[in-house]
This record gives sequence, structure tokens and C-alpha cells, in this order.
Amino acid sequence: MDRQIVFSIKNVTMDFQISGKTFFSKKRTLRALNNVSFDLYKGESLAVVGESGCGKSTLCRIAMRFYTPSRGEMTYNGENVHKFKGNPLRNYRQKVQMIFQDPFSSLNPLHSIYYHLKRPLQLYHGYKGIELKAKMNEALEMVGLVPPEEQGIKNPHQLSGGQKQRAFLARILAIGADVIFADEPTSMLDVSIRLGVLNLMNKLKREMGKSFLYITHDIATARYFSDRIIVLYSGHMVEWGDVDKVVKHPVHPYTKLLISAAPDPERETLAKLEVRDDVEKEVTMWTPESRGCPFRNRCPVAESRCADDFPEAVEVKPDQFVRCIHAKEWKTENSAASEKPERNQPVG
Amino acid sequence: MSALLEVKNLSVDYITLNGAVRAVDDVSFSIEEEQSMGLAGESGCGKSTIAYSLMRLHRPPALIADGSIKLGGRDIIKMGEEELRQFRWDQISMVFQSAMNCLNPVVKLEKQFFEIYKNHGITKNRQEARARAEKLIEIVGIPKERLNDYPHQFSGGMRQRAVIAMALALKPKLLIMDEPTTALDTVVQREILQRVYELKKELKFSILFITHDLSLMMEFCDNVSIMYAGKIVEQAPAQTILKNPQHPYSYGLKNSFPSLHGDIGYMEGIPGSPLNMSRIPRGCRFQDRCFRAQDICFKEVPPRQQRGNDFYDCHNPMGTLTGSRN
Ligand SMILES: Nc1ncnc2c1ncn2[C@@H]1O[C@H](COP(=O)(O)OP(=O)(O)OP(=O)(O)O)[C@@H](O)[C@H]1O
Ligand SMILES: Nc1ncnc2c1ncn2[C@@H]1O[C@H](COP(=O)(O)OP(=O)(O)OP(=O)(O)O)[C@@H](O)[C@H]1O
Ligand code: SF4
Ligand code: SF4
Ligand SMILES: [Mg+2]
Ligand SMILES: [Mg+2]
Repeated sequence: MDRQIVFSIKNVTMDFQISGKTFFSKKRTLRALNNVSFDLYKGESLAVVGESGCGKSTLCRIAMRFYTPSRGEMTYNGENVHKFKGNPLRNYRQKVQMIFQDPFSSLNPLHSIYYHLKRPLQLYHGYKGIELKAKMNEALEMVGLVPPEEQGIKNPHQLSGGQKQRAFLARILAIGADVIFADEPTSMLDVSIRLGVLNLMNKLKREMGKSFLYITHDIATARYFSDRIIVLYSGHMVEWGDVDKVVKHPVHPYTKLLISAAPDPERETLAKLEVRDDVEKEVTMWTPESRGCPFRNRCPVAESRCADDFPEAVEVKPDQFVRCIHAKEWKTENSAASEKPERNQPVG
Repeated sequence: MSALLEVKNLSVDYITLNGAVRAVDDVSFSIEEEQSMGLAGESGCGKSTIAYSLMRLHRPPALIADGSIKLGGRDIIKMGEEELRQFRWDQISMVFQSAMNCLNPVVKLEKQFFEIYKNHGITKNRQEARARAEKLIEIVGIPKERLNDYPHQFSGGMRQRAVIAMALALKPKLLIMDEPTTALDTVVQREILQRVYELKKELKFSILFITHDLSLMMEFCDNVSIMYAGKIVEQAPAQTILKNPQHPYSYGLKNSFPSLHGDIGYMEGIPGSPLNMSRIPRGCRFQDRCFRAQDICFKEVPPRQQRGNDFYDCHNPMGTLTGSRN
């Protein structure tokens, strides 16, 4: 299949200066992202999962150019984003958009939904008069805010949380974005309406070819909405690839832990977690001096050599990559056993 | 079977400028000894209001308009202040929504435990309180040395576990957990629930577990009550709600969670948004969002279909045709 890469990140590392342990001690460096690389294809959804503080939002902020990465580069349609100035920069700011977790803070409470759509349609596309009106209504219909004439004149506070996220997506459509970074877009919504928003994003993906980076800590919805997945641990990519392979047959011990912890109604009683019980289960702070596998103090199968280096990536199956000392063994085991064909059908 | 908690015809109003809004309407349920009961429903359906009423911690503008709440045969609603003070935390205790912010961040954990023991007349002896606290805190997986630390030095998950340990300090018969883990990571959330699950077996208390995460509840609870717009619309064992829900709302809620392992098809969720409680329609409250609604649903309140302890209120229930798993 011929796939077009719209956005990519190569070897991105992000360091933050944070205050020392005491007032007088010197500043420390926190490495929030360590050598992260991925490609985002046109019309695909790539999920990024991992626990709180693993660097998911930092990734978004880098893409949105709020932060400049300490190392590494970003490309948009093959061109280096950090070199953009003038028109290319304006174009990038238009085409790459972000949707936030909190629907309450993302729309201006003083203005109607129509107003939120009108500005970008005028500014970026020069629409006027009847055409402008038609485009606004088209965007509202696309996101399911119907009838548009009725919804458009409302102010944000007159919409429910799910409707606000829809309105925000309508605005992204009005701007004309083709890459959308969605940072936990449904985690503040009621469960019963989360699927509606995911289905909407899925429609934008399939019908309009929008690309999504879907950040979440809910693996089940990652599998529902995304094609590929990256598992991030303490700023490191520990496992990534085809979402079905990773979720159904996780290889990295952290991915296994994450999946065994996810709620699963089909399990009849609480399943036991695979973690070492003897250590304090807090994520240790990663610094530029840190070495080895970041997961080793919680890993049930860690060995002494895990302290030396962060293992290289191994492709354990086509389109499933793992960085763990055990990945190679797993790969040989796996290729010896005959493999069943994997389901790989798109959602919906 | 003996019921520990029996709630009968409980109604709770919020008195607002535009008159009373009935947030909990004629709700009845019971919890047996050592049982865990789940209460699920969308935001604003009245879950926390019920929890606060059970503790009698509801404050104006909330008002218990009707009903009885009996724990071990004693009616909580009729208790006087002094009786209530003895009873609260000692018999029923509660872990609040966003409880990790309930700890005082600048008071050492040890001191906070001591206060509980002192205020409830367990012990005034620092040493003895310390010994009790050490035992509890280790059960929830926090090293006992950390009793000397301040809560602000803990991660969110540790703070939450500390709060659970405190809620269990007086060995209550019923532990209410109102969305105890929604602010936490999946892994931390699971660790905490696992601890509680083990503790429950050891200390033999009952649990009322409130969440909107039905998939989590299914694993954790024996029985589940599904609440919609102030009413419990279905109550059944967790496995029944999972495999054979009768109320269309239960069915919709259950189908709001994509499967982790099974096949993935298109899923709907529930259309529309929760009911505005100050505008309750005639007939069934779920009518606007229900894919099985019929004429009668807009005219008459659905009758209760009761089977033993299980029930559902619906004119056109799912029947058996929905026995499929998602
Ligand atoms: N501006 C900043 N200055 C210093 N440290 C920062 C800054 N932004 C993020 N960090 C640190 O970087 C790490 C990653 O944070 P980030 O917000 O990306 O996590 P996250 O994966 O989005 O977590 P969550 O799921 O809680 O949103 C954290 O340890 C955080 O404390
Ligand atoms: N102090 C108050 N004054 C007026 N109405 C209130 C008050 N507190 C709650 N309500 C209303 O009572 C209803 C039930 O609220 P409650 O907090 O019990 O819901 P909940 O099911 O716990 O929701 P959530 O899942 O968001 O915690 C809601 O419609 C809410 O708007
Ligand atoms: S590299 Fe070592 S510590 Fe890291 S996940 Fe693999 S076994 Fe565990
Ligand atoms: S009574 Fe009617 S509207 Fe209400 S849930 Fe049942 S079928 Fe739906
Ligand atoms: Mg974040
Ligand atoms: Mg609540």
C-alpha cells in the first residue's frame, strides 16, 4: 500500500530544567522525551499511550511548536518544521491543530459557535456572504451539530461537554487542518458520549483523510480508533506498531502491565498485576545521565544487564517493535510457532 | 442472607432559586454483608447525592425529602447529632470523589491517623495509634516509615491509598467509594482496587462502589445498580448486566466500552445528553435517547419488573435477544 507520510518526528529528545531538591541546590535536568521517532501517515490514527507524566502532552506541545526540542527534528510533508518562516510557517500553523482534554476551556465563552467558525473561514479561506454561511453550516453538519442554524447561534455554555468537543472539531475543519493532535480528547467527557466523539474523529479520518495523533491512557479506545500505537514509558518508546498486534499480544513487560491493568468486563474477577511488589512503584526521574532500561525498577523480569543500556528495537513480528532484552528470545520463539493470521480490518 | 444496608424510597431534593430539584427520586436498594455493590450512571444522575445521604453528610441546599436508610437495623435519618458522630466513620466510611485532595498536605500522615483515633475514642496514646496506623498503611502498600512524611511528598496514587487506609481505620461495616480512582492512571487504579479487594476479604466489610466506568465496575462488584436521572432503572448481578441487560440504558452504557480483546465493530454509545433534572418529562425519563421507545413510553412511567432482588423499569425491555457479547 502506498502511504503518504504527512508528519514525522525523528530522534526527538526534550530536556526541562527543573528546580533542585532544595532551594540552594543547583538546577536539575529532567529528560521528558528520549529519542522519540515516528511517522504519521495521511488518513491514519496513531495512538500514544502511557501513564501520567510519561511525556504524551510534551510530544503534542513540541509538534505545536510551543516547545523547541533539545535534539531531533520534525518534518511536515517532508520539510523541516523548525526552518519554517513566513508563508510555510503560516501554512503549518493552519494545517496542524490540536484538540484539548478540557472542552470547557477550549472555546471562548463570550462568542457563539458561528463566530468560532467564521473567523478562520474568512482568515484562511477568504469566504464571504452566503458562501461563508454555507461553509459554517457544512462544518457543523459534518460534526453532527444539527440543525446547524440552531446550534451555531449558541454560546459554548449552552452546549454539553461532548457538543463542545464537536464544536471544537468543527473549528478545526473550518481552519482546514489536516493533522490533528488530540490530547485525551474524551477523558473529561461522560463515558456514554465518548464513543460519539471518537466515531466523529473516525469519520473525519476516513472521509476526509485527516491524520490523528490520539493521546490517551485508555487502551481499549486506542484499539477502537487507531491503526497503530506507541507505548511510551518515562519518555521512551518501549513498544510500537500495529495496534491489534500490540494490544492482543504485547511483548514488552510494561505494555503487558498496562494491558493487564485496563478494565476488561469480560474478566470475571480482578486479574493479578504483573509487577514487582517489593519496590516502590514510582517512576524514577529520567535525566540525561540515566542509563539502561527505564522500566527496570518495576519490571518483573529484569536482569542485571538491564542497567547497562536501553535495548535496541527488535521487530518481533511484522510491524511490531519492542525494546527489551527479552524481545529477541520472544521473536525466535514466535517464529518457531506457526502463526495465525491477524485481524487487521479498519474500524466501522 | 442478611442485609447490612437497606435504603427504602429515598428521595433527595436540592432547593434552588427556581424551586426544588429532585436529584434522587424514590430509590430503594440494599447491600448484604461482605457484598460489593456498584452504582453506575452518567454525570449528574445523583450518585454522589446518594452517597452523601448515606453518611448524612449532605448539606443545604440538599434535603432528604423522604425515605429511610437503615444500617444494621438503625435508621440513619432519625439519628441525633451525637449518635451520628459515633456512627459515622465507625460504621460507614467514605472515600470521596477526588479524595486525594482531602488529606491535609502539611500535616504528617501519622498525625492525621492519630486525630481519627483520638476523635473516635479509640486511643489517646500516640504509640498505640502509630502501631495501628503502621499496620493499615502497610496493607495498602505504603512503607510504614512514610507515616512520618507529609502528603504533598506522595504521588497521587499513594495519597489515594492513604485515604483508603484512613477510611478503614475504624473498621467500618460499609465502605463507600465515590469515583475513588478516576483521577489516577490505569495501573495505579488497578493496584488500589486490588488492595481494596484483598482487604475486603480480610476485614469483611461491604462496599458501595460508585463510578461511571462500568467496565471497571463489572470486575469489581457482585451486584450493579444502574442509575439514570435520579432513579435506579435496573439492578442485577454484574454478570447479568454484562451479558443480558434488560433496560435499554444499561445496554447502551455497557456498549460504550470498546472491547480490549474481542472483535471491533462500529459502536454507538448513547445518543443525546443526560436529562435536565429540572425538566422531567411525562412517562419514561430515558425516552428521548432510547432506541426502543414506543408511544406508551411518552405517556406512562414504566412499571417495575421484579425478580427476587433484581429489577428493571421499562415498557419495552431488551428481552433475551440481546444475549450477545460485544
Ligand atoms: N514546562 C515544563 N517544565 C518542566 N517539566 C515539565 C514541563 N512540562 C512537562 N514537564 C515534565 O515532563 C514530564 C512529562 O510531562 P507530560 O505533561 O508530557 O506528561 P503526560 O504524559 O502528558 O502526563 P498526563 O497523562 O498526566 O497528562 C513530566 O515529568 C513533567 O513533570
Ligand atoms: N449544591 C447543589 N445545588 C443544586 N443542585 C445540585 C447540587 N449538587 C448537585 N446538584 C444536582 O444534583 C444532581 C445530582 O448530582 P450528583 O453530584 O449526585 O451527581 P453524580 O451522579 O455524583 O455525578 P458525577 O458523576 O458528575 O459525580 C445533578 O443534576 C446536580 O446538578
Ligand atoms: S529491558 Fe530489562 S528491565 Fe527493561 S523491560 Fe526488558 S527485562 Fe525489563
Ligand atoms: S420505558 Fe420505553 S423509553 Fe424507557 S427505557 Fe424502556 S423502552 Fe426506552
Ligand atoms: Mg498530558
Ligand atoms: Mg459524583
